[in-house]
Amino acid sequence: MISFVLRRLLSALPTIFIVVTVSFFLIRVAPGGPFDGESHIDPRILENLKRVYQLDQPLWMQYWLFLKNLAHGDLGPSFFFKDFTVAQLFAVSLPVSMENGAAALALALAFGISLGTVAALRQNHGVDHAVMGVATIGVTIPNFVVGPLLTLIFALGLSWLPAGGWNNGAFANRVLPVVTLALPQMAVIARLTRASLIEALRANHIRTLRALGLPTTTVTLHALRGALLPVVSYLGPAAANLMTGSVVVERIFGIPGVGRYFVDGALSRDYTLVMGTVILISVFVIVFNLIVDILYSFLDPRVRME
Amino acid sequence: MSVAEAFPARRGAASPVVIVCILWLVTMVVVAAGADLIAPTHYTTQDLTARFRPPAFLAGGDLRHLLGTDHLGRDMLSRLVYAVRTSILIAFFGTMIGAFFGTMIGVAAGRLRGPVDLVAMTLTDMQTALPAMFVAITFLAFFGNDIVLFVVMVSLDGWERYARLARGLVVSEQATDYVRAVEQLGARSSRVVFRHLLPNILASLVVQATLNFPQTILLETSLSFLGLGVQPPGTSLGLMLGEGRLHLLNAWWIAVLPGLVIFFTTLAMSLFGDWLRDRLDPTVDPTR
Repeated sequence: MISFVLRRLLSALPTIFIVVTVSFFLIRVAPGGPFDGESHIDPRILENLKRVYQLDQPLWMQYWLFLKNLAHGDLGPSFFFKDFTVAQLFAVSLPVSMENGAAALALALAFGISLGTVAALRQNHGVDHAVMGVATIGVTIPNFVVGPLLTLIFALGLSWLPAGGWNNGAFANRVLPVVTLALPQMAVIARLTRASLIEALRANHIRTLRALGLPTTTVTLHALRGALLPVVSYLGPAAANLMTGSVVVERIFGIPGVGRYFVDGALSRDYTLVMGTVILISVFVIVFNLIVDILYSFLDPRVRME
Repeated sequence: MSVAEAFPARRGAASPVVIVCILWLVTMVVVAAGADLIAPTHYTTQDLTARFRPPAFLAGGDLRHLLGTDHLGRDMLSRLVYAVRTSILIAFFGTMIGAFFGTMIGVAAGRLRGPVDLVAMTLTDMQTALPAMFVAITFLAFFGNDIVLFVVMVSLDGWERYARLARGLVVSEQATDYVRAVEQLGARSSRVVFRHLLPNILASLVVQATLNFPQTILLETSLSFLGLGVQPPGTSLGLMLGEGRLHLLNAWWIAVLPGLVIFFTTLAMSLFGDWLRDRLDPTVDPTR
């Protein structure tokens, strides 16, 4: 188990290293620099600025310094949000994004699995068609349509919830963004659950349980254990989708999360912030996929950790 | 394989829903192709005396602007027609480029194995670790907005899925007797790949493309919505939605109409893709 985790983490290192290297050089060859926006700046001040941010060094030297700092866990100072280091910005924004993402994932799992189960148990009945119809709509309707739509209904129309803002994470401010983020994932999970549960309910061991006269709830729970495998393996892509979604959702609702800082940072050529986000995301995706694999092998003993 | 064999009639005949989807998609293509003929005015024509006119079917609307006007008094119908053209063209080329290069990389990896396989799989791992949206935002922000770069960025979404799929299919197909027989007869590798392997794995790749197309539309519209895609005074469905969002309270149609078009198009395409998969993929149970 431990050796499996270590081996997987070690094999991920080259991927992260290549991602870092390619991103580093690509964004540096892009025209323009982080201080081009400063108007009428004294050349000597500009020189000082470049020295402080080590932009006067040759590119390979900057790359070496970046790697060296990275090895010490230092992501460097932000170019755009002056007086802040990238680590400080993440310390503020990461919890916000993580909390929303985790809440959205939990919501998507709870409702997705329940709806999928109901649909599977009532296959080809009205309930099934209704759930699948809503799920198909949920997969295809983009979150930047859902977001404004929910705002229109619940904030502007009914005045139940605030239209945006974070308000230090007040519950009312979290509802709409989390629901917007969760809906597409909920729809996918419902579809996956339904499809594999229908198959699982036809299996021999489930038929035996039915023949023994066990209540439907017990039978369903037994079938669900096997049927949830596709849902578990979808969790990896789901986490990636939630992060992509958060870029848009954080913009719509004005939430100070990683996605919003990333867009602002990219637009103002904040080299270190963009690099930091790139590293953060790739590490997150890789670690999350590893966790999913471990979870999978617990649910399905046939899958060995090799 | 003849057309009749590829589309056996007994499997999943087109339901009314699928026919509606196909009709909608055909309409979108016709609108995109004939934008200049259909649009009542040019999409940049402003009329500041007629701002925020509601659609004709609402109180206060008039027949000169069937779908109303936006915050600059531009005709919504005209803008929508051109937006459909822009978004569909970008998503179409994005999907095609991604499908082409993804398939080529996958086939090369599956056929040549060894170092080529290793490089290809490292590339797909990289793409998985860093979602296309983040790559696209970084590139578009740093290299400035350019339509060619934008299309290339949109095509990044999903290429790794074609690559993985094509690689897996080639690896399993190569072990079959007919491919071995062709090789025994001394066919060159290029002949094996293009004459025998590709036609046999094409169906799965086409299905993948139809399922990926909605994702590509969503990526294009998301980026335009964030202000990183199509730039004003150009128009795209995502851009219109982004602009209209500011006027939700007093002129909801500016955001809702392009939102509906995006929604119906992605919905139609993915229902069509599901149906196509049921027909072409014998491992899928069509009764589900």
